[in-house]
Amino acid sequence: MTASPAAAPQASKSAIGTTAVRIVDLQKHYFLKSETVRALRGVTFDVPAGDYVAIMGPSGSGKSTLLNLLGCLDRPTSGSFYLGEDNVAAMNDDQLSEIRASRIGFVFQSYNLIQQLTVVENIEVPLYYMGRLDAQARERCKKLAKMVGLGERLDHRPTQLSGGQQQRVAIARSLVNNPYFILADEATGNLDSVTTEEILAIFQKLNDEGRTIIMVTHEDDVAAHAKRVIRLKDGLIQTDLINQNRIVFSAERLAKVAYNSDDYRETPAREIAS
Amino acid sequence: MQFLRTWQLGIKSLLLHPMRSALTVLGIFIGVASVIWLLAIGEGISQKAQKQIEELGAENIIVRSIQPPDESVSFNSTVKAFGVTRAEYKMLSTTIPSIRDIIPIREVVKKFSNTNNANVKPLDGRLVGCTPEYSDITKLNIDRGHFLTHREIQSRATVCVLAHDLAQYLFPSDDPINKQIFLPESKEYYKIVGVLKPRNATAAIGGSLAAQDFSKDVYIRVKNVNDVPRTAELIQSTLKSKDPARQDISVIVPYELLEQAKTTRLMFMMFMGLIAAISLIVGGIGIMNIMLATVTERTREIGIRRALGGKRKDIIRQFLVETIALSVVGGLTGILGGLLCPVIIDNGMALVENFFPRVYANLPDVAKEMRPQLVPASFPIAFGISVVVGVVFGIYPAMRAAKMDPIEALRHE
Ligand SMILES: Nc1ncnc2c1ncn2[C@@H]1O[C@H](COP(=O)(O)OP(=O)(O)OP(=O)(O)O)[C@@H](O)[C@H]1O
Ligand SMILES: [Mg+2]
Repeated sequence: MTASPAAAPQASKSAIGTTAVRIVDLQKHYFLKSETVRALRGVTFDVPAGDYVAIMGPSGSGKSTLLNLLGCLDRPTSGSFYLGEDNVAAMNDDQLSEIRASRIGFVFQSYNLIQQLTVVENIEVPLYYMGRLDAQARERCKKLAKMVGLGERLDHRPTQLSGGQQQRVAIARSLVNNPYFILADEATGNLDSVTTEEILAIFQKLNDEGRTIIMVTHEDDVAAHAKRVIRLKDGLIQTDLINQNRIVFSAERLAKVAYNSDDYRETPAREIAS
Repeated sequence: MQFLRTWQLGIKSLLLHPMRSALTVLGIFIGVASVIWLLAIGEGISQKAQKQIEELGAENIIVRSIQPPDESVSFNSTVKAFGVTRAEYKMLSTTIPSIRDIIPIREVVKKFSNTNNANVKPLDGRLVGCTPEYSDITKLNIDRGHFLTHREIQSRATVCVLAHDLAQYLFPSDDPINKQIFLPESKEYYKIVGVLKPRNATAAIGGSLAAQDFSKDVYIRVKNVNDVPRTAELIQSTLKSKDPARQDISVIVPYELLEQAKTTRLMFMMFMGLIAAISLIVGGIGIMNIMLATVTERTREIGIRRALGGKRKDIIRQFLVETIALSVVGGLTGILGGLLCPVIIDNGMALVENFFPRVYANLPDVAKEMRPQLVPASFPIAFGISVVVGVVFGIYPAMRAAKMDPIEALRHE
């Protein structure tokens, strides 16, 4: 593994200055038999490209609800949600699926790899649904696996990997479509402190390269690595602050991380998402 | 590319549970194989029956004498006459123009023996008295020697023709031609002038023999097959003109039997087909059952796939491909299993014959002599149905998978 300096942001659609995500007065109500649960009651914020946002809040405050909306897994009751130029709030199920495949990178708490597929095949899944899985793309998926330090385990199945390794596969998968932003849902929730640090270091490296990251977390230690922290309460934004005391990994620490994008940058990633 | 990938993926998922997939395939295998088997057996049986009837001759009409029930005999102490009388025979032969030949036949059960060979025990057999046309009408084929000739009939020669089996029994080691058989009961000798080719027993012939006035059976050959039904009616009305309720004769019309056999065959095949179709549907329900379980089990996977950009139709396709793969494999193996039908049945019969001769002896002739006839159409039909079954029973589980809410599915443990 060669040491790589924190790279400059890639020139791409997500270059600094453009907005990755914009939500305006987003509301989500759940209509139950006896009552209506107003899980989100009007949330507004912008996430500029290259930002690193942690969403926090007590249980029931609406974090998961917001995350589902940001991930285009659900539609808001009202309000708008712009991904780049497009208002996602008005899209139908198939269109949302296309958006998920091409513009969003998911990293879940429980890794969510497909058990019967190998490491490389798992990374390929979003491309498969975009209909862009050719020989070249497969080569790129292998490179991504190598990039997260799993070059020796391309044909392994998720059950043969540790939690940290599985999460690295998930990270590689989230990068394969060169997304507008990476959505991490308690991505370190199942990991021990050493592995958590490893994953957070990878996130920092990704962010340093110019990738936008939005993560939901319960833990202040984890949120402390983000550039910005949004706190929700009862379906509303309570605070939205720049993280003054951000923990930043040193260049030496980053050099040891199981993420090396030297290979990967040889083939500009943005090409596939365009 | 994506198409190939989808299949590759489906097969991979199926191989993840090889036992379960194999059992599901077995359900379809049995369905398809049973379609082919049942149709082959049905075809074999009906062809056999049809051949038996055809051997009676489609252009023939047989008037058979039937002994009245016992009490009517014992009523008079003297034996009562029954059957076709000589006068009636004359009348039939002169009044119906569509008749080509008409032959009276007398049939008696006798013991037969070979006096030259002490090792051969006397055997019960049927002695048929007839005229030379008999061989033609009943489609008897001569193996060696010749059939009875008109000259022999006119000179009242005591000659006979032996059936193949009887000849083999009485003369196991030597040629029976020009030898004599002995009928111990009537102390008669007959010279053997010919031996018949082997022939299947004709089930339609039987009956009792005592006290016929004239002839047991009358074989009638009609000039034109198309005239058979009308001629049969004429014969009926002639014979029953005096006593319409007459019970001592029966007019057998092989032509009509043949027509009947054809309908019976159709019904039989439909029935067999129905049973087979039911077994295919049972196989299909097996597939559906497994796929429903699979869908529930793979809820999480479905959630992941949806989150990563899989559309509803992608999910439907994925599960349909799996069910179709199962049913196609079941269909193909079922066809192989179907092709083995004749081999297995023949060998199975030979096995039963060798190891359970008692059981074999008790089997009905149709079963013993039945040779399954593979019906070519049954292969595409069975395969087509199996694929249709796969799609029909796969669509519901696949739709259920596609309808899942991705958020709920992702949360599923
Ligand atoms: N599918 C649903 N149907 C009805 N109510 C729901 C549904 N999902 C969430 N809610 C409600 O919406 C509110 C916000 O829930 P949400 O799951 O977003 O909270 P959260 O911040 O993720 O909490 P936690 O930290 O415990 O995961 C809660 O009151 C919850 O009960
Ligand atoms: Mg939550």
